[in-house]
Amino acid sequence: MEPTVGGTLSPRFQAGRCATRKCRPKGQRYSFLAAGLLSVMVAATSLLLPARTAWAGSAIPVPQEEKPPAGNAQNGKKLYISYGCFECHGRQGQGTSVGGPRLGPNPISFPAFGKYVRQPSGQMPPFTAKVTSDADLADIYAFLQSLPQPPKADSIPALK
Amino acid sequence: MAKRLSVDRRKFLKGAAAGAAGFVATASSSMAAPQALPAQSATAPMMPKELDPSGVDVLTTERTGSDFMVDVIKSLGLEYVASNPGSSFRALHESLINYGGNESPEFITCCHEESSVGLAHGYAKVEGKPMGVLVHSNVGLQHGSMAIFNAYCDRVPVYIIAGNSVDATMRRPGVEWDHSVQDVAAMVRDFVKWDDLPASLPHFAESAVRAYKIAMTTPMMPVLIVADADLQESPISKDAKIHIPRLALDSLPQGDSGAVAEAARLLVAAENPVIIADRAARTPAGMARLIELAEALQAPVIDQGGRMNFPTRHPLNQTDRGRALIAEADVILGLELTDFWGATHAFRDQLHRTSKIATKDGAKLISITAGDLYAKGNYQDLQRYPEVDLAIAADAETTLPSLTEAVKRLITDDRKRLYQQRGAKFADAHQKSLERARAEATYGWDSSPITIARLSAELGAAIKNEDWSLVSDVGFASRWPTRLWSFDKHYQFIGGAGGAGEGYTAPASAGAALANKKHGRLSVCINGDGDMMYAPGILWTMAHHHIPLLKVMQNNRAYHQEYMHVQRMANRHERGITRADIGTTLKDPNIDFAKVAQGMGVYAEGPISDPKELGPALKRAIEVVKRGEPALLDTVTEPR
Repeated sequence: MEPTVGGTLSPRFQAGRCATRKCRPKGQRYSFLAAGLLSVMVAATSLLLPARTAWAGSAIPVPQEEKPPAGNAQNGKKLYISYGCFECHGRQGQGTSVGGPRLGPNPISFPAFGKYVRQPSGQMPPFTAKVTSDADLADIYAFLQSLPQPPKADSIPALK
Repeated sequence: MAKRLSVDRRKFLKGAAAGAAGFVATASSSMAAPQALPAQSATAPMMPKELDPSGVDVLTTERTGSDFMVDVIKSLGLEYVASNPGSSFRALHESLINYGGNESPEFITCCHEESSVGLAHGYAKVEGKPMGVLVHSNVGLQHGSMAIFNAYCDRVPVYIIAGNSVDATMRRPGVEWDHSVQDVAAMVRDFVKWDDLPASLPHFAESAVRAYKIAMTTPMMPVLIVADADLQESPISKDAKIHIPRLALDSLPQGDSGAVAEAARLLVAAENPVIIADRAARTPAGMARLIELAEALQAPVIDQGGRMNFPTRHPLNQTDRGRALIAEADVILGLELTDFWGATHAFRDQLHRTSKIATKDGAKLISITAGDLYAKGNYQDLQRYPEVDLAIAADAETTLPSLTEAVKRLITDDRKRLYQQRGAKFADAHQKSLERARAEATYGWDSSPITIARLSAELGAAIKNEDWSLVSDVGFASRWPTRLWSFDKHYQFIGGAGGAGEGYTAPASAGAALANKKHGRLSVCINGDGDMMYAPGILWTMAHHHIPLLKVMQNNRAYHQEYMHVQRMANRHERGITRADIGTTLKDPNIDFAKVAQGMGVYAEGPISDPKELGPALKRAIEVVKRGEPALLDTVTEPR
């Protein structure tokens, strides 16, 4: 059984393997993530987790503007795959209960998105500006925004 | 000269065994072991002349030690013995199929020892008892060792017999020397519960029965008996009556009454008790016992899924809310947890690894596990030391009735009213979790590759009116089956590999399906592509032995777990984040699992990438399985 951030499953697969637990060293200062990001995390994992506002010593700039920059969704889709985002979040950003949370449609705000990608407070590996430019992030964000709304569960016979 | 001496010694052993047999029939099993005097030179003066009065070379015999070994094996009630053939047990093989009639046990032909042991692993988890496995000395055991480790970690009994040739002077020149070893069990001794190298047939009988008993005492684990080739092949009198000891399985250890009373007191007084179960329900009774305790307390249950512990649709099943509940709990009862520390801590895998306690101050932890009754040092499956407040070294399923009884005795009317309110809240939360799971399953519903949510939903819908059994784990399937389906029977879920060793699902699911076969259950399995590629010959075994099992491939064309790990390192090192697929993916060429399966005689369709094709393909494949044959659908899927 896999460990998960949502439930409490045995971590016997975890040793050096699936990394989904979120934690902080004792004594460090915590605060909650931006509300937008948190809403996605909660939706996907049913779990409230404390998170630091920033990593000590981090000098990586993060986008601050509220309005997302214009991005190329098509290129973003390619980057989303080539950068490996799909590995934990799925090709459609649908998320998994044992990996990364759902990312779209209706992603969290762009500043919160960029901040988390650069300085993830949980298990996600960091995508620094050295390997993922701000323009890349904008394109990936545009892709997440472009994802279609899913059908209603009640309209799907296999989910009844 | 050497050849002549070999022949002579066999004749000597025949006489010695026959003579000894009469003795054993009337006396204790302290019989000396003339068959196994490996260092004794079989010189001419030792050979009784009457055995060969005419000087004609005796080439045949009516009965050998291997026949007696079959008598012993039959006494244990083994239904099957899974094996890849090997000359070190050629006599036992022949005795099983001819003298034993190839019934109880029936020989199951495997193409790899990892398949043999994996098959037995899955079988035991459904049937609750071991399957036999025959392995060929060092080479067969080396092949099977990873699967043995999985069963060991999973606390599952597997009954292994290894052939070997101890007497160097009796070995055929060449390969038999390569396929012989001084101490066969040495290579797996760290992860079998017990092993022995019997030196005589009475010794074999005792050790064979003892091994079964040890394997079936919690914590259950694989055991290994070495059947020496000379002991197998040496003649014994056809009238020989060597004693087979009576098997009496141990009653399993129950928690100390004082400790159980204290656990009950803590649970009844708790405001927010939580029950976590991992390998708790060993038998059909286990789930009912856990339900009774949970309902008495109206306490939430978090099922870690090592076994089929708790119905997925029970209102007290709060698995999806596990972390939050543990954070609020004042008393946590862990039942056969493999990792209590992990259940109560969070661990962060970044450049600097950190951990943090996930429970609130003062929370009391109670552990009931047979795992505390047995430990070894080398292999590290024991996990971090859990700082519990009350440790009960006992079998959880066996202890549950007395714990529940003690709990019920302490519950007052006031507590009962409080519990009812608590239970109502959990029922509401459970329903919301189910609705949330259904809603989340819709994301990417029509996309290709197929989402695991859709695959699980379509599979669940296709089997829901059958007597089904899911014989694979759900971890790599993002737990979608247990989130979406209603599991309420003990055989509907069997947990995972135990040791996290890939290559488990392919054979273990077949073994579980073999156990389900006589009960008429429809076995289905979600099988990863990486797992299947370890020993795909199991597909031929399924076809050959008509094992009715539907394998739905979770073909994500990668060793996806490792893909993510390499990605993590690439990110951490800030380089090459687009190249983590090198060495971790199974593409170029894509593996056509339908063709692989068809080539081994299994009905198969695929690759299926369009989710709309999945439902009709499932229907066709299930019809095949219901006719008693295996089927495979190669579905191209999302990673998890």
